[in-house]
Amino acid sequence: MVTIETIFGERIGNAIHESTGKIRSINQKYATPTIKLSGGAKFALLLLRLYLIFLVVLLLYKFWTIIHGGVL
Amino acid sequence: MDLLSKFYFNYSKIIKTIKIYLLLAGPGMIVMIADNDAGGITTYAATGAKFGFNLIWFLILLGPVAYFVQEMTVRLGAVTKHGHAEAIFSAFGSFWGWFSLLDLTLVNWLTMVTEFIGMTAALSIFGVPPVITVIVVIFMMLGIVMSGRYWTWEKITMAFCLLNLIYVPAAILLHPSIGDVLKAGIIPNFPGGFNGELFFLLMANIGTTIAPWMIFFQQSAVVDKNMKEKDIPWGKFDTAIGAIFTIIVALGVIIVAGTLLHGMDIQSGAQAAIAIMGTHPWVGTLLAIGLFDAGFLGAICIALTSSWAFGEVFGWAHSLNYKVKEAFWFYVFFFLGLLTAGTVVLIPGAPLVLITLFVQVIAVTLLPAALVFLIILLNNEEIMGKHKNTLFENIANISIVMCIIIISSLYGISTLFPNLFG
Repeated sequence: MVTIETIFGERIGNAIHESTGKIRSINQKYATPTIKLSGGAKFALLLLRLYLIFLVVLLLYKFWTIIHGGVL
Repeated sequence: MDLLSKFYFNYSKIIKTIKIYLLLAGPGMIVMIADNDAGGITTYAATGAKFGFNLIWFLILLGPVAYFVQEMTVRLGAVTKHGHAEAIFSAFGSFWGWFSLLDLTLVNWLTMVTEFIGMTAALSIFGVPPVITVIVVIFMMLGIVMSGRYWTWEKITMAFCLLNLIYVPAAILLHPSIGDVLKAGIIPNFPGGFNGELFFLLMANIGTTIAPWMIFFQQSAVVDKNMKEKDIPWGKFDTAIGAIFTIIVALGVIIVAGTLLHGMDIQSGAQAAIAIMGTHPWVGTLLAIGLFDAGFLGAICIALTSSWAFGEVFGWAHSLNYKVKEAFWFYVFFFLGLLTAGTVVLIPGAPLVLITLFVQVIAVTLLPAALVFLIILLNNEEIMGKHKNTLFENIANISIVMCIIIISSLYGISTLFPNLFG
């Protein structure tokens, strides 16, 4: 069976396992937000998500125009 | 006798106040002056060269803007004893936490590259090869942070902050007419009308005044300095003094560029220093030294910001009060950030212009989020108690944050699409 250890060696494999374990524990620790969000705060976070989606779309569009002969 | 004792009493009181301030001064002063980093100096030089003294009023307005945003981090850090990265994870969950942490790391690294570009370009003027600059700078920074005491790091960094004021004597050496400066610069005006070029420079000046790393840096520094709730007024005062200094430095650069480079198209701080060197060697030399110092301050603070943020989230020991053995990963992260950013500058043909532009774009993905989180946290009574935002603070801060979000977004978008605003 191909494992991380067989690909990267035992030391690096262990480090990768440790890191993923650490990330998993961070995700568990902070799984639920600790503060109670007001209606305004929830709305602000929604706007923030939409804003970030807009920026990602813009970046993808720029990337697409560069690939199709545009300049930066 | 009564008069003498009164005088002595007042004198002792003033000396005591100054001593307390010097003990508690640091995070606010450092973050504000480090904000005038290599990119900031370039922006001010370009502004002065293009519009002379005419935009001085705008830079003065940016002082209170920076103060209002940064003082919130003092309160949040002193009350929660958590850095901003940890506060986001804890309050908003892992999605927003990871987004902020990874975005911060990326934008910080890119900004560090621009700081190394500034430092190597500045010392190249004196004939120092870039590779020597990068190696010496990294070792100097390691030496400063590895002292094992937050206090030592802070005071050495504050000495570099004082060096940033070098632009003031540079401006004085030119004997500018105070009347001309005040006449052109104090009354709000838009030279040549409100066009695309002017708008871009206004946006760039705002972009350089409030950067995402500043929010994370000051909050973590307040925590590392172990500032308590009772120290908040001093922290605010320190931030206000820093904001005044940052504006003084900006005005120094604008006056130098507005006097000697008016009408030129300036693309970098080093270009400005070289152009001035021919006619005013002393002023050019001071400008080059200032540019190096600006890059140095920016790089050391930004590298620390990332290390603190990762340490907070991953649970590593993350304080400058620890020795290397005690906070190994904290220092490794700091070193690797500097090493990789410095190495990129040395790679022949590396896309440095692209990186410089990309910084602005990535920064606008993080800045609004960091500011919105800050406002929400500062309004949470459970967390902030009596230090939560007052109605006045909310009106001021929310207005400022909304303006910054809109303008910095337009700045990022105009970097992506340069012809958008004409």
